[in-house]
Amino acid sequence: MVEEEGFRRYVAHAILWIGIAIVAFPVYIAIVASTQDNALIANGQMSLLPGGHFFEVYYQTIFVGTSGSTREPVGNMMLNSLVMALLIAVGKIAISIISAYAIVYFRFPFRMPIFWIIFITLMLPVEVRIYPTYKIVADLHMLDSYAGLALPLIASATATLLFRQFFMTVPDELLEASRIDGAGPLRFFWDTLLPLSRTNMAALFVILFILGWNQYLWPLLITTRDDMQTIQVGIRKMITTTDALTEWPVVMATAVLAMLPPVFVVVAMQKLFVRGLVETEK
Amino acid sequence: MANVTLRNVRKTYPGGFEAIKGVNVDVADGQFCVLVGPSGCGKSTLLRMVAGLETVTGGEIDIGGRVVNQVEPADRDIAMVFQNYALYPHMSVFNNMAYGLRNRGMKEAEVKTRVDEAARVLELTPMLERKPRQLSGGQRQRVAMGRAIVRQPKVFLFDEPLSNLDAKLRIAMRVEIRKLQRRLNTTSIYVTHDQLEAMTLADVLVVMNGGEVEQIGNPLAIYEKPATTFVASFIGAPPMNLMPTRADEIKSQLGSTEAGILGIRPEDFVITDQTPAGGIALPLTVEAIERVGAETFVYGARDQDEQRVAATPGELPPGEVIVRIPGSEAPPIGARIRVAALRQKLHLFSGDGRTRLEA
Amino acid sequence: MQKQAIFQSRLLPYALVAPQLAIVLIFFYWPALQAVVQSFLLQDAFGLSTTFVWFDNYIELFRDRAYFEAIVRTFLFSFAIALSSLSFALLLAVMADKPLRGSMLYRTLLIWPYAVAPPVVGVLWIFMLHPSLGVLARYLRAMGIDWNPLLDGDQAAALIILAAAWKQISYNFLFFLAGLQAIPRSVFEAAAIDGARPMRRFWTVTFPLLSPTIFFLLVVNIVYAFFDTFGIIDTMTRGGPGTSTVTLVYKVYSDGLLGGNLGSSAAQSVILMVMVIVLTGIQFRFVERKVTY
Repeated sequence: MVEEEGFRRYVAHAILWIGIAIVAFPVYIAIVASTQDNALIANGQMSLLPGGHFFEVYYQTIFVGTSGSTREPVGNMMLNSLVMALLIAVGKIAISIISAYAIVYFRFPFRMPIFWIIFITLMLPVEVRIYPTYKIVADLHMLDSYAGLALPLIASATATLLFRQFFMTVPDELLEASRIDGAGPLRFFWDTLLPLSRTNMAALFVILFILGWNQYLWPLLITTRDDMQTIQVGIRKMITTTDALTEWPVVMATAVLAMLPPVFVVVAMQKLFVRGLVETEK
Repeated sequence: MANVTLRNVRKTYPGGFEAIKGVNVDVADGQFCVLVGPSGCGKSTLLRMVAGLETVTGGEIDIGGRVVNQVEPADRDIAMVFQNYALYPHMSVFNNMAYGLRNRGMKEAEVKTRVDEAARVLELTPMLERKPRQLSGGQRQRVAMGRAIVRQPKVFLFDEPLSNLDAKLRIAMRVEIRKLQRRLNTTSIYVTHDQLEAMTLADVLVVMNGGEVEQIGNPLAIYEKPATTFVASFIGAPPMNLMPTRADEIKSQLGSTEAGILGIRPEDFVITDQTPAGGIALPLTVEAIERVGAETFVYGARDQDEQRVAATPGELPPGEVIVRIPGSEAPPIGARIRVAALRQKLHLFSGDGRTRLEA
Repeated sequence: MQKQAIFQSRLLPYALVAPQLAIVLIFFYWPALQAVVQSFLLQDAFGLSTTFVWFDNYIELFRDRAYFEAIVRTFLFSFAIALSSLSFALLLAVMADKPLRGSMLYRTLLIWPYAVAPPVVGVLWIFMLHPSLGVLARYLRAMGIDWNPLLDGDQAAALIILAAAWKQISYNFLFFLAGLQAIPRSVFEAAAIDGARPMRRFWTVTFPLLSPTIFFLLVVNIVYAFFDTFGIIDTMTRGGPGTSTVTLVYKVYSDGLLGGNLGSSAAQSVILMVMVIVLTGIQFRFVERKVTY
């Protein structure tokens, strides 16, 4: 790398800090707003410094909800989001790793057609087939259920491809050594392949958890009961009512709570996150 | 303890490619058999067929009096050491060695006894709790060996186990493997492309080429009487000098009627003005020399219109000849020298190189 | 494609692929097929009878001025979002790629917005730029701008582009940084010795070597702008004022939900599918080219 002299380095630092400020400003405002009095905000008098209503606003948000039309406590919404995100992440990893195992380590009739059937799903997000999917889920009586929230979002090939790619890099000799050591297919999978896939599974989990937590359109369609709402849907409903009635501190507290788990995951597991992101996009 | 017998073993891949074209080998109980040949000759395929990792498409593989063609690798009572060791990266050294025993339902106390004993023999005791990635190449190699010997199998199979090591370690491990095999007295089949490794390790040497066995026998016997030009040039370093000769010359000098190929090992030449009776003499121009200390290799070009020398089998086409001389000597580049070899040091092969002509 | 070393088993592989195959068939292929079938059907007002109408739904769509506008708008949004977000992210990545103190900290502080969900992004920005109570709107008005995105369609569009681009900065930054770090340092050094100044080095060395990443991100950003902006639009403007922020995905949603016109909504879905397939195809072809050079 070419070392640069002082002035240019200061410019670089300055640009980066400006970037960080731009990126962080909206969130700062949200945090500040979530600690202030609603009347003040509604008058357009919001202060740019934190106010003193932190505990009361967050208590109301988590345990009570807004006083308007939707009275669902955000704590419950977060629970719904958590269950959905976990179901999507764990479910997708589980079904993908075993199907990738079959496709890579066995030779059987219709192997390639099956691979292609799974592969093609990579191309189409749920948004483009939203109403027919809705109808299927309704026909299966899965509206307002965790299964209905998670299953259609599990139906995609990213994880399968990732595991397939990883399995291809595992040396053949490991399987051969296992066979000589008396391990059958299930034992090899459990004793050797699964432990070797740990990092990949973790990276994938981080990404899928974030994607699952952040789902919006699908939960919006299939949840009708307030107690099945996810936090992303809930926050939208909070500002549905006419402007004057919107309880902005609660909305902003909900926004902060909605950001907290995925942002925490990104920051705390940065390495896995970056790895997962780069791998799934390949 | 067991002998291993291959009877007309064949391997044809679905595409029609014949990797093994009918191989017969007999390895007696306790013997160390080395399969050697250039890459692609089928030696690894053959070994993997013995292991049960590749199916047999023709012939029979017999281990200890039992035909094992249809038997799972785990049930053949063999152990294998892989080129890249194939250690389980997530298991400790101890668990790597114990895995095969536990899969067979062995009692944990017995597993521990066996692994500890193997670790002691291989000097791995202080490393038992480490993971493979914390070991050096030589240590990993020893773990792979340990995984094989704890099982106390009928047969050891080695697939180029030393090729990932540096030169010095390779020689040390070579000696260790031989000592270990002698002590355990377990029938072993060892694949390598390194002819020096093959020569030093083998009780029985099997030289392979193009899916076929070129020659089987005691390593020294093969060195002294190679059956084909392929074996002649593959065994021995630097390789034997091979020179086409004319029919009439072979007839007069060596009592054969066909046009053939004459072979002389570099170490059988001496620089001299004399010509031994029935032997051969060649004038050479020195093109390059390599001095490696104990010996010097002279790369000489034969003259195109060389002078006839008494008892020389005729005009040899131009080409390079390698001569090995004592390390103290080194003719200057460009010098003209004359080298000669004794009658009994000459090897003669048929024109296609497939048959050895003189006894 | 497949290993040389494999297991033999008759039933096990089918058992292993069965769960995924079942889910994919039920929740992907069946609905996708339904969308295609439905796009050829017309339902009467009461949903009692359906008739097969060939391409009528499609023809009607392309005659529909609103649909045409939505297509143009979606592409405009996509390019505006992609270009603004990409250029800002590239600037940040080039700066963060320099040997600076604290570059790991910078990375951490710049990547986390990836984790913010689109509807939350919408809420954050509408709050800041809300005409009556937004903190930033105050300054805009102070600058003499008649700021009211709830009434002014262009302002609403700008607001959405701004929010969507903001969210995508961290993603683009991350991939740019990875792309920059994959360029051998010696190339920059050679360029410096060859007398190229920093600005020139960027345009003659960095930018061309980064072009695969740029292209990849361009496609990803366009797909993002197609789909993930839904949450932003729905929380900020609900497609309004009027239809000035209705994108293709939003239209599928609102026509199906509010209008109850399932045939048209299905035809729109099919067109979207085709667009995504084309985009993905371009990307795949490009990836292949990258591999072989």
